[in-house]
Amino acid sequence: MTLYSIIFYILGLEILVTTVLAVSRHDMVHAVIYLIMSFFGSALLFFLLGAPFLGALEVIIYAGAIMILFLFIVMMLNMKKTGKPDFPSTQWVPAAALSLCVLMLIGLLAFIDPSNHVPLESAMASPKAFGEFLFRQHWLSIEIISLLLLVALIGALALGRQAPGEPRKEESETPS
Amino acid sequence: MIVPLSHVMALAGVLFLIGMFTVTARRNLIMMLLGVEIMLNAGAIMFVGAALRWGQLEGQAFVIFILAVAAAEVSVGLAMIVRVHRRCGSIDPGELNLLK
Repeated sequence: MTLYSIIFYILGLEILVTTVLAVSRHDMVHAVIYLIMSFFGSALLFFLLGAPFLGALEVIIYAGAIMILFLFIVMMLNMKKTGKPDFPSTQWVPAAALSLCVLMLIGLLAFIDPSNHVPLESAMASPKAFGEFLFRQHWLSIEIISLLLLVALIGALALGRQAPGEPRKEESETPS
Repeated sequence: MIVPLSHVMALAGVLFLIGMFTVTARRNLIMMLLGVEIMLNAGAIMFVGAALRWGQLEGQAFVIFILAVAAAEVSVGLAMIVRVHRRCGSIDPGELNLLK
């Protein structure tokens, strides 16, 4: 039990606890805040596993951009209080059965291969080496994902625009 | 010496499972999208662990692509949720029954 493995277990526990808390909240603002804590844990885990650049990106993009976007949307939509349960039993029972099957599969995959039990040696990919590798070996993929982000930007703008003559149900408040 | 890869796999697997449970069990479009984010993050953790196990940078390069896909998916998904809320006044997937 080295110091690194103790840090790993603490981080793993933190990630799992905050994620479970996030998905079980009724209030979506609380859920998003808990999930930000979970992503901070993931970022530290990336540092531990030798990817400092990805750890920084995780904080900037996941915790900083994506979760704040969620927060904006949660605050922009005025959700009406519905008396329905968060986890209706018609849905969580099949979901739990499915999860049990997948859990067994994961256990099988993770622990059946004896070569997986060798402890990992700590190593680090410096941001400079990583960037050089990325732009030498994967420059075409980088161009493609930049195009994907452009398409997503245009798509989000087109979808979010108010079409002329479109009925707005949230203001009339008359359920048909 | 950090932990064996199987423990990283178990952590990523349980995280993926939580995300999958959220997507299937919650009746709220925003929470379902959060579940997809959790699943993508679990995939990213697995890729980084595998990159360390085999000493290859490919796994870390893939995480960049996962980040980009997550950002694109969230922006389009949230725009669609805003649209649905405008149209139906609800973000419960069970109430989207305009075609009925």
